[in-house]
Amino acid sequence: MRLSDAFSAASDSGRAALVLYITGCYPDKESFPGILATAAEYADIIEIGIPFSDPLADGPVIQKASEHVLAAGITTDDILDALGALPTPLGKPMAAMGYWNTVFHYGMEAYATRCAEVGISGVILPDLPPEEADEWLEIADAKGIDTVFLVAPTSSDERLQLVAGKARGFVYCVSVTGVTGARTDLPPELGEFVERVRKFTDKPLAVGFGVSTPEHATSVGQMADGVVIGSALLRAIDPAATQEQRLASVRKYLEPIRKALKGD
Amino acid sequence: MSTLDIVRAALGRAEDTPDTSGHYGPYGGRYVPETLMAALDELSAAYDAARVDPKFQAELAEYLSEYVGRPTALTFAPRLSARVADQADVNAEQIRIYLKREDLCHTGAHKINNTIGQLILAKALGKTRIIAETGAGQHGVATATAAAFFGLECCIYMGAEDVKRQSLNVFRMKMLGAEVIPVSAGSKTLKDAMNEAIRDWVTNVRTTHYVIGSVAGPHPYPMMVRDFQRVIGVEAKKQFLKKEDGALPDYIVACVGGGSNAMGIFHPFLSEVAEGKVKLVGVEAAGYGLESGKHGAPLALGEPGVLHGSLSYVLQDQFGQIAEAHSISAGLDYPGVGPEHSFFKDEHIAVYGSVTDDEALVGFRDMAETEGILAALESSHAIAYLRKLVADKKEDLKSGEPMRILLCLSGRGDKDVQAIADHLGIELGDGLAPGVKGSGS
Repeated sequence: MRLSDAFSAASDSGRAALVLYITGCYPDKESFPGILATAAEYADIIEIGIPFSDPLADGPVIQKASEHVLAAGITTDDILDALGALPTPLGKPMAAMGYWNTVFHYGMEAYATRCAEVGISGVILPDLPPEEADEWLEIADAKGIDTVFLVAPTSSDERLQLVAGKARGFVYCVSVTGVTGARTDLPPELGEFVERVRKFTDKPLAVGFGVSTPEHATSVGQMADGVVIGSALLRAIDPAATQEQRLASVRKYLEPIRKALKGD
Repeated sequence: MSTLDIVRAALGRAEDTPDTSGHYGPYGGRYVPETLMAALDELSAAYDAARVDPKFQAELAEYLSEYVGRPTALTFAPRLSARVADQADVNAEQIRIYLKREDLCHTGAHKINNTIGQLILAKALGKTRIIAETGAGQHGVATATAAAFFGLECCIYMGAEDVKRQSLNVFRMKMLGAEVIPVSAGSKTLKDAMNEAIRDWVTNVRTTHYVIGSVAGPHPYPMMVRDFQRVIGVEAKKQFLKKEDGALPDYIVACVGGGSNAMGIFHPFLSEVAEGKVKLVGVEAAGYGLESGKHGAPLALGEPGVLHGSLSYVLQDQFGQIAEAHSISAGLDYPGVGPEHSFFKDEHIAVYGSVTDDEALVGFRDMAETEGILAALESSHAIAYLRKLVADKKEDLKSGEPMRILLCLSGRGDKDVQAIADHLGIELGDGLAPGVKGSGS
């Protein structure tokens, strides 16, 4: 399933797509598939975080989740294997979000092959700008994997043009100048930024970083084609809780978010 | 040569690396979140213009001469030369070691050459806030100093472990008006401080300039920091030729953490290196020993990878997770290295050796006892390597010509006395440390 299909399907039912991020094998290998399946009931696209020891673009919540799984000895292979062995398919496209060194060191060809094997449709690489991406794009394209690039409020028109020219799947609009993590308010100039990006591409636009409440979801859902939520969802998954409590907490958090996207 | 001529020569380098997108062979480049790309473009443009701007050159030369105290001395070290010769069992007259005295710079290390240059740029870009990462604290002190000098707000990120190891420098930074933020993530050292500084920059990029302290990070930092540090090599070359009647150093030796003092002293000699007249030797931290797995020697044992915005040799596991480094010297306790050093290694432009914690302490003592200089623990790695170098190259001495060595004494060791005492199990505090003679008790 391609990432773009998920956007079309959501758009056909008159709403923005919901993209949910979960760190791979969080909080542990055994609980992860259940949490993933529950989140997938609400999501149109699932983003799987591949943890990295030095996640520059992430705020405290995703940092902590990454440290948590790395400390438990979870590797990139463990996560990819888990996705390949899900008891029931999610029925939603999956994208792997991770830092470039985890792909580079794994081997680009091997990584793209393995992603395709376990059913991953796209990759999001927050520290791989389009300038450094040509070799990877060739390999990923050949495996049918969409490489999603990010744009930021600080991106110049020239850079938006450059990203638009290489974008696959969708364009990930970073809402704020900052790292990932829930914030109280969305930046007032967000609508203007999304409109500026739209001038350069007809790909779907998803907005992430700092989106956490149903109100945020409604507001972002009106200006963009997709809403990305990560840190706020991870916060609903308490490693110390029972699995039953975690699933209840995930549902309790996602229910109103999903409702908020039904704008009509 | 006036300081202005030296600055012009340093910034006016002829070499064609990196390419326009910041690559040294396969290394370097820009691997950062998109939010920072515009700022890096802006900085590149500003630096490219400044480098050839007579006003910028004059301003930098003025501060380097009147504030930093450049040119720094090139000191002949006869007693150190004799000791090194003795250890290698060669005739004392056959070894001639010269010290490039970056320890005499204001704030006690070469770091300020770069921070002054970057802050002139930051001001020109209209930035009102300065951030930096620091390991040993030398770069933090140099940044806090320059920020105070230029009247800019300053915030320094420092690993919590380093805050403990370098409490004196933390206090110095605070007295200079900087805010020091301890970073408790990961290994709590330089790498983690740099992560946090980059996150701050991503968040505050519109008002803030990030002063990277080494020849690392995304383009243009490795190039720009190198150019600001090239003043070391330009001065040293001129001084050396004069003192040795036109002879060049056979070897140039410097410690390598990120590698800015090494790149600064190496780079102006590249054409002589190409002619085979000068050899460059970088010295990494072997920590508890390369075989222990606890070291800071990515050029010896790392693999290419991306850390902090550029591709270079990095200590990492099979899945690309960055490994923790170890060194007694906080400034060398880093799992990465500047991308141009990786290029130099692959192209055999320089060779890289390593020295353990214990060997570095011997180097520290050698310098203190023979020349009356307390060297930084970072520089002590370069000093300790001299024994190995002379022992390895004994054959070269048969020609009868002395072996001439230029050593970059990148910083002074006052900041390290606490760490050294701790390592030796000596309690400083009331009264005198054991083994120190005196009448008091």
